[in-house]
Amino acid sequence: MDSPVRGHLAPPRLKLQGISKIYPAVVANDRIDLSVMPGEIHAVLGENGAGKTTLMKIIYGLVRPDAGTILWNGRAVSIPNPARARALGIGMVFQHFSLFETLTVSENITLALEPGAAEASVDRRISEVSERYGLPLDPRRHVHSMSAGERQRVEIVRCLLQQPQLLIMDEPTSVLTPQAIDKLFATLRGLAGEGCSILYISHKLDEIRALCQRATVLRAGKVSGECDPRQETSSGLARMMIGGELPHSRHRQARTRGDGTLLVRRLSLPSDDPFGTDLIDIDLSLRGGEIVGIAGISGNGQKELLAALSGERPLVDARAIVLNGVAVGRLGAAVRRRLGMTFVPEERLGRGAVPEMSLAENALLTAHRQELTRHGFIRPDAVRAYAQATIARFSVKAPGPDATARSLSGGNLQKFIVGREILQGPRVIIAAQPTWGVDVGAAALIRQALVDLRDEGVAVLVVSEELDELLEICDRLAVIARGRLSPPRPARETNAEDLGLLMSGSFIGAQGIARAEVSSAGLSDAH
Amino acid sequence: MRIRLEARPEPSRLMGWLSPLLAAAATLLVGCALFASLGKDPFAAFQAFFVTPLENLYGVGELLLKASPLMLCAVGLAAGYRANVWNIGAEGQLTLGALCGGGVALAFQDSGGAWVLPLMLVAGAAGGMAWAAIPAWLKTRFNANEILVSLMLVYVAKLTLSLLVHGPWRDPEGFNFPQSKMFADAALLPNLLPGTRLNAGLLLALGVVAAAWLFMRKSLAGFQMRVAGLAPAAANYAGISARRTVWLGMLIGGATAGIAGVDEAAGPIGQLLPSMSPGYGFAAIIVAFVGRLHPFGILLSSLLMSLLYLGGEAAQINLALPSSVTGLFQGMLLFFLLAADVFINFRLRIVRRAVPPIEASGSVATEGSG
Repeated sequence: MDSPVRGHLAPPRLKLQGISKIYPAVVANDRIDLSVMPGEIHAVLGENGAGKTTLMKIIYGLVRPDAGTILWNGRAVSIPNPARARALGIGMVFQHFSLFETLTVSENITLALEPGAAEASVDRRISEVSERYGLPLDPRRHVHSMSAGERQRVEIVRCLLQQPQLLIMDEPTSVLTPQAIDKLFATLRGLAGEGCSILYISHKLDEIRALCQRATVLRAGKVSGECDPRQETSSGLARMMIGGELPHSRHRQARTRGDGTLLVRRLSLPSDDPFGTDLIDIDLSLRGGEIVGIAGISGNGQKELLAALSGERPLVDARAIVLNGVAVGRLGAAVRRRLGMTFVPEERLGRGAVPEMSLAENALLTAHRQELTRHGFIRPDAVRAYAQATIARFSVKAPGPDATARSLSGGNLQKFIVGREILQGPRVIIAAQPTWGVDVGAAALIRQALVDLRDEGVAVLVVSEELDELLEICDRLAVIARGRLSPPRPARETNAEDLGLLMSGSFIGAQGIARAEVSSAGLSDAH
Repeated sequence: MRIRLEARPEPSRLMGWLSPLLAAAATLLVGCALFASLGKDPFAAFQAFFVTPLENLYGVGELLLKASPLMLCAVGLAAGYRANVWNIGAEGQLTLGALCGGGVALAFQDSGGAWVLPLMLVAGAAGGMAWAAIPAWLKTRFNANEILVSLMLVYVAKLTLSLLVHGPWRDPEGFNFPQSKMFADAALLPNLLPGTRLNAGLLLALGVVAAAWLFMRKSLAGFQMRVAGLAPAAANYAGISARRTVWLGMLIGGATAGIAGVDEAAGPIGQLLPSMSPGYGFAAIIVAFVGRLHPFGILLSSLLMSLLYLGGEAAQINLALPSSVTGLFQGMLLFFLLAADVFINFRLRIVRRAVPPIEASGSVATEGSG
């Protein structure tokens, strides 16, 4: 795995000196130095909000730095736009794919190439490159029929066609199964072996230790350390990343309390998004006093399942969802909340909270049944007190209940929303990506709050892409793939490897596979 | 080189409140230029348009009289607009209100008591609501566009009223003019200020404004309507029924417009005519936006709009300008307001060089914050 870090005498492929970027509210990058040698796989490690993405956008010409210089192969350059970055030989694979779903692979790639590239020759070049790097791709396939792993391949091949000298990968594994991650790493090592430098952005310590030769750690916009990750322990890296130890949550054996609290039976629902995933025969039972986790790669029906469970998309069959003994399939979100269900959505701004409104008003949004109104009129003092209690209990960093939701950082707003839903004393709580984008300390706080709820006898359902998180807090785990849910199994009897296989759809019978091939989110890369 | 509008990270709240004033100032300025181009002395024209109407008590009374139906319609519309319910048909709902209220007045022409007026108001509000219920039902049942439906119903309402006053409700002693009998005294709003035409309709309008403020700012239902307007996904998530929002938004607008119709019929007009309003229902849309969809803002903007009506009349008499000058000023006011609002949310940037080649997604620059 040691690819040659050639020519210590040669100038670094990329050298950043004193790069700063100041936004009105926050210093995203503060005098950052970084250098990447030819053929080096260099990790940029940091928590969400540490400034990783801004730094990469500066290198790729999407953001202009306020200060500092960029040296490319020893020469000072300015990178005003992505076209210039590509001309220099910098390629970037985004965390969120930037592909047109209705176009084919080769059409998508042609769009990114210089004008004048004939499509026939593009097809040939795609086949050449994909063969050479072990990235099988059919140039004529439409992107909407491809899995996340395959889409990522399109992005990588698109970059490779321009023969980059530096490839930036932004959180590339967040959409992959563990098996697909191994394949990606093999490709990246091969590339590095040919002299291409790779900047690898991640907050996953194990991956960085397995793949990278050097790491630059960012904390709050500054470089907080540089090291060889192979020589460091995960906790050593975490210390650099968060400036403290990784917190762990307490977790005892679950004691479920008999009756089913949330029962889902043969739930099928066609997606209302043409590129969404249809739900097929979902069965699930959730009892008070346990945490059930649903793992899976995003885009496999999570969005549709959550909308059906929360009542945002009522169903035709009332008995498909039974909440505390009431058939609620046809009833909306308000009724389900009245029956004791609360819900933490994945999107915070615009769904979990109204960006323009204050935290107090956002508390009122879902918590108004907590005696925050009288005869239909709002009790402002009670609303403020509820918001204040949420802020205090979940250590939300906010000036007070009058701060607008938009003014909070993502993690703090997430804490507020989680807190608002928990303090309503639910009997069932559904949390989608509860710790996504939240710093490590806050994530531990949120996980602990969910575990505490469980211990009080609440039924907790967590939908997440973070396997480690699910394995840590869940009592039972199921996997969603292509709109189907695997039978849940005890979390203590499973591991990331097994879950990865399930995520690729291994539990779906032959009939299901045939069906999935014509539908969208196939995951053939993990087979 | 090309011109690009870029979103501002934090739109100014202060400018949000100042933009109606800027729009009014720009309207005045361009209006004066317009007068000058027509060969009128701009200062004399300004005087005639905006000062002369208010020089005596009668003029002030007229200002408040015309402001009443405007603020009534506008606060009702604003409640809907806050929730993204676009009722454009207040003019029709006003007409139906006048028709129903007037119908009550005509039915109890000789036998009425003190209860006639309240009954007329209730009938008017109900009529306006019934008219607004049509687009609300079509919207919630068939997802029909409420803008088009409510707008088209304006003409149906006006023709219905016209049919009645040309036919069954025509005054037999009215020399064949298309108008109803004059209402009995019990069916007329009492005068507030001797020497003017100002009537109790103003108090009614002020009461409705205060009630609207209470509803929008202090009630849970009003709060939920604001949420529905600001963030529909959040409303859906919190279990705020989209249907109820449409119904509430339309019915509130219909009720206040219906009351405004009774206000006109039982106030300055005192009978039913083929047309009960010089476009108050449409002008109220502008009033609502100039007043920032806030009840107290609407209070002020309805006075401004009322002044434009008076000025337009004065301009016809004193400057020999056509009556369409009123519409021109209304249009300019809305135009400048919308323009000012664009610049609150966006900044103009001139891009000199060609933009970089297409990224497959325009959203790359906004995604992630790590």
